[in-house]
Amino acid sequence: MSDVEEAITRAHHDEWARVVAALTRRFGDLDIAEEAAAEAFATAVERWRADGVPPNPGAWLTTTANRKAIDRIRRENKRDDKHREAQMTYDDPPEPVGAIDDDRLRLIFTCCHPALAMEARVALTLRMVGGLTVPEIARAFLVQGTTMEQRITRAKAKIKAARIPYRMPSADDLPARVSGVLAVLFLVFNEGYLASGPDTDPVRHDLTTEAIRLTRLIRALLPQDGEVAGLLALMLLTEARRTARISANGELVALDEQDRGAWDAELIAEGHRLVRERLAAAAAGVAPGRYQILAAINAVHTSARDIRDTDWSQVLALYDQLVRLDPSPIIALNRAIAVAELDGPEVALAIVDRLAEALAGYHAYHATRADLLRRLGQSQQSRAAYDRAIELAGNTGETAYLTRRRDQLQ
Amino acid sequence: MQYLVSVIDDKSNPGSTDRRPAISAFNERLIAEGYWVFAGGLADTDAATVIDNRGEQAVFSDGPFVESKEYLAGVWVWEAPDLDVALKLAAEASKVCDRKVEVRPFL
Repeated sequence: MSDVEEAITRAHHDEWARVVAALTRRFGDLDIAEEAAAEAFATAVERWRADGVPPNPGAWLTTTANRKAIDRIRRENKRDDKHREAQMTYDDPPEPVGAIDDDRLRLIFTCCHPALAMEARVALTLRMVGGLTVPEIARAFLVQGTTMEQRITRAKAKIKAARIPYRMPSADDLPARVSGVLAVLFLVFNEGYLASGPDTDPVRHDLTTEAIRLTRLIRALLPQDGEVAGLLALMLLTEARRTARISANGELVALDEQDRGAWDAELIAEGHRLVRERLAAAAAGVAPGRYQILAAINAVHTSARDIRDTDWSQVLALYDQLVRLDPSPIIALNRAIAVAELDGPEVALAIVDRLAEALAGYHAYHATRADLLRRLGQSQQSRAAYDRAIELAGNTGETAYLTRRRDQLQ
Repeated sequence: MQYLVSVIDDKSNPGSTDRRPAISAFNERLIAEGYWVFAGGLADTDAATVIDNRGEQAVFSDGPFVESKEYLAGVWVWEAPDLDVALKLAAEASKVCDRKVEVRPFL
């Protein structure tokens, strides 16, 4: 990659959200902001090649995008000229004073507004904040480009028509709104980590990377929020195991069979630092949320040099804490896996069987049961559970893994 | 910005019938805080008539334009600066009248 290309790629990563957010504040319109930002980056490709990279790429891009936006408004809105020009010739409107006021944060809260459907929030966040193109997002979520285009257009139209505000939520609403944003990012990450679809790669590195990048951005904007730190740590510790998690022939490798030397030590170190930071906060009396507890569980796993060194009693203690916070059957299922290590598969199976009704359609329930039954030597029942798990699993790597385990049964 | 707030009741699982005093108190507050434009409860859908005069002559049919378990039981029109304000009020409104509400902006 040439220096100019590298500068443009870096500027796109670092500055896209900032440019879109600043323009949204100035012009009050996501369409104008998005199109002008895209035009500014396209112009940068030409101009930087001819004239060199400007000393302050961010400022260059913002100025250029502002000009593009004004040109566009002049071209397209003859009728409103006077009104629009009055608005444009003003200096930037004064910033509201508050503890946190960053345009990008406002943009994120707008894109993740609870009045939008979850899939629209995901698409809009990846487009407006992440700077992914519509075809890229469509490919990531296995839908047609036109479908994704419509989804984003409709979301932007609702923001405009219903007047979803471009501002920080009030202090009362902030915790709920932040957890809504984190839910969007976790969804993007999980879709990358355990990609669904019969012809898809089992891991979508582009999506996990993007989710981590955006979570880092939120972390920079909301450094005091424990759940933001927790989610980032959870993603880092999960991502660290990515390359060891899929074998050369595309099969999922379970935790106990993974080559721990292949784990990314740097990501693990960073994740552990964040977990320690949250443990210190918890020791000072700040109750941890679910992402922080999940990150702590992952920290225990990534601390063990070998599966046999895993501190299962700590894992179980953390799951007990998590169950109190989120008594969902999926958490209970994962807790049972730790129980199996400590008290044996029979005790765990009794717990798992109580979840039958709630999790009948969930592949991991059947996969867990299959594994416990196998350990108890009940091959026939185990085989049936594997069959059901294979039927329900949407991830190609997981299907391959489950099929091999089933076929190994005596 | 004006929002239409539709109150949605359910024929098979109707909301409670003792909400009037609470709704009146809520309305007083809407007026005092400057959000109130208009409100009204609606008679049962049995009392509705649909008129179609797009053809040669007007056709009248008895009943609502769509038959469903859920139906429009009343409306508010609010003046609010943005959707967040409207949604906050709507969350209260749903509790006050013990029914679902839909918020929709006017064009």
